Amino acid sequence: MLKALRVLRSQGDQFIGDLRGAVPTGHRGRPVIGAAPCPDGCEACVRVCPTAAITADPVRIDLARCVFCNECALACPEEKIVFTPEPRMSADRPEGLVVTADRPTPTPVATSEALRRMFGRSLKLRQVSAGGCNGCELELNALANVNFDLQRYGIEWVASPRHADGLVLTGPISSHMAEALQLSWDAMPEPRFLVSFGACALSGGLYADSAELDRSFLSRFSPSLLVPGCPPHPLTFVQGILDLLGIR
Amino acid sequence: MKRSFPLRRWAVSELEERRGERWAERVGALLDEGLRVVTAFARSEGTDVIATALLQSGDGELELVRGRLDRAHGYHSLTPTHPAMHCFEREMHEQTGLRIGAHPWLKPLRYEGIAASSAMGAHPFYKIQGKEVHEVQVGPVHAGVIEPGAFRFMCLGERVHHLEIQLGYQHRGVEALLLKGDARSKAQLVETIAGDSSIAHGLAYASAIEALSGLDADPGLERGRAIGLELERVAMHLAGLSGLAGDVGFLQGATTWGRLRTTAINTSMRLCGSRFGRGWIRPGESRASADGALLEVVRSNLALMVRDTATVNDLFLSSATVRHRFQRAGTLTHAQALDIGLVGLPARACGVELDQRAYGLGVYGEHPMERTTEASGDCWARALVRIREIDRSLSWLARILEGMSSLDAVRRPVGELAAGQLVASLSEGWRGEVVHCLETGADGRLVHYKVQDPSLRNWFGLALAVRENDISDFPICNKSFDLSYCGHDL
Ligand code: SF4
Ligand code: SF4
Repeated sequence: MLKALRVLRSQGDQFIGDLRGAVPTGHRGRPVIGAAPCPDGCEACVRVCPTAAITADPVRIDLARCVFCNECALACPEEKIVFTPEPRMSADRPEGLVVTADRPTPTPVATSEALRRMFGRSLKLRQVSAGGCNGCELELNALANVNFDLQRYGIEWVASPRHADGLVLTGPISSHMAEALQLSWDAMPEPRFLVSFGACALSGGLYADSAELDRSFLSRFSPSLLVPGCPPHPLTFVQGILDLLGIR
Repeated sequence: MKRSFPLRRWAVSELEERRGERWAERVGALLDEGLRVVTAFARSEGTDVIATALLQSGDGELELVRGRLDRAHGYHSLTPTHPAMHCFEREMHEQTGLRIGAHPWLKPLRYEGIAASSAMGAHPFYKIQGKEVHEVQVGPVHAGVIEPGAFRFMCLGERVHHLEIQLGYQHRGVEALLLKGDARSKAQLVETIAGDSSIAHGLAYASAIEALSGLDADPGLERGRAIGLELERVAMHLAGLSGLAGDVGFLQGATTWGRLRTTAINTSMRLCGSRFGRGWIRPGESRASADGALLEVVRSNLALMVRDTATVNDLFLSSATVRHRFQRAGTLTHAQALDIGLVGLPARACGVELDQRAYGLGVYGEHPMERTTEASGDCWARALVRIREIDRSLSWLARILEGMSSLDAVRRPVGELAAGQLVASLSEGWRGEVVHCLETGADGRLVHYKVQDPSLRNWFGLALAVRENDISDFPICNKSFDLSYCGHDL
């Protein structure tokens, strides 16, 4: 009993009070692109990017492809690209994830009235990993830990797709998982929606050139929420889902 | 300073190429002499298959046996006499079509290159017959936020008679992608081979590339990377303990270890920008850096972890219900562990003295790391090994940071890769030994990249461990091994 009390005391309060406003110190999050022109013919950033996420002159980064490796920032002779700790960068459509000097932030996620009405007070999510490396999976698990405590909003993971309102997809969709992913989706009752979490799910990420993928699922169903990162910080997901459901 | 982990480079032209059976005979002879197989792999060259076996002696030295085999003739399987070879022979057969005679079951590891998902669905699971037998299928999609894989239990009542594990769902073609483009720019991909072991894989990869380009070990690189590796170990052991605690309803453990993991990964994030250590290691580089003030933050995080793990460990270790669930569940014997070539954490929990950090190399020569072993081979032993490894890594980190006024990023130029070379590079991740073998051709480009996560070998250990256990204990057995699906499936 004494030992249990000692653990309790050491634990204290661990939850992050303001999930919407929190910015994780040291995190490599949303990039900021400087307005200075690129030197003639310089493609230093383009050459080092492992996912073809960046184009030069003017510099443009597609956060759906970016794995936040910082390589472009280190390569740029003009130091035009800086990754900030800012986690807020989810979007509700792919075009919304492109950032430039003129368009420094992704298009904010618009609240879906239909989703707000159905799920604004209770949302059950089922996660399907289709080639995810366990980076994304660990960050999604973290949402339920004592720090992020997403249950405070009535958002919870469930074990069966039958009980789920939303499917959170991770991984580039290995061809061996294509069928199981479709079956999981088919098992979910309507209304339902899809979330793509991480560069792999959004664009194939580092695996986009692999012959072992089958991404046809995404040509049939479009995600309602796109969460960039490799893996995304849990806060990137939190802020996106709260916006989508209109939770203040 | 030397490199911190076993690494060796050979000129391919100087390797003796053994033909046909003579390759297997030599491998068998070395195994009989007491060497341990680290990996064996093969690639096609016309109708020939080039086979390579990597072995390790008790003092950490690496040996190579090279062979040129005729694909159709192949050789006589080593698995019946040396079961630890089973997964390597299955993989060689799957990747090259090499004939391996009298292997007990050349079951595909991951149905590589076969596009249709139905190949996975049609996998012929092992069957046992009888009125009392029933089968339970779990997966590929599991009831949690976790990667996919299929488990088929053959049960007598509640007792598991046999478990067959079928993986491959996560196969993303990692090895093929590693051969594309400049081998020196693959760090980001390598960091996602098993995304919870980014540092362990990144370290083995970067050391291999440096050895191929002729860059010697650098004390700054070795120190910086080892700090990342030990932080990764602490974080993932905490995550594993938190999961184990949750599975037996020991909620104070689940929450406390869970939030301490947050402290560990946030420490990595402060040093390198990523909670998973991504961007910390590049060939020729260790990018993590900290000034004096940040080092103070790191030290105080370490001190907090030391203090609070002690409190929760104390409660865990004295809890009768926890002991009752973990002791004698999922037991493997020392002999079984050696037989099947178990590595890393579960091997040490069976009393096997195997840890690539324990050879006193490089930074582990400067600051030695003891091996942590337990004898009982059950879930309890695997939990104890993790608890004690956290303690040791935390005090090791405190020692290495002692007196450091700043942690500096290191950057050394990496030149072209030498032609016709083979490098084997190891590291000891939190799960066990990570092995990267790279071979360059005549033009200095890679002709083969073999990746091995410890999970490849340890999944079979889980299958053996659950035999004659209650099926309801499977979750804790599985969690106590804590293996990687994508690390296996590549
Ligand atoms: S940070 Fe993003 S855009 Fe820059 S190089 Fe890496 S993946 Fe490409
Ligand atoms: S996006 Fe990155 S972290 Fe997520 S599954 Fe893909 S490689 Fe892993």
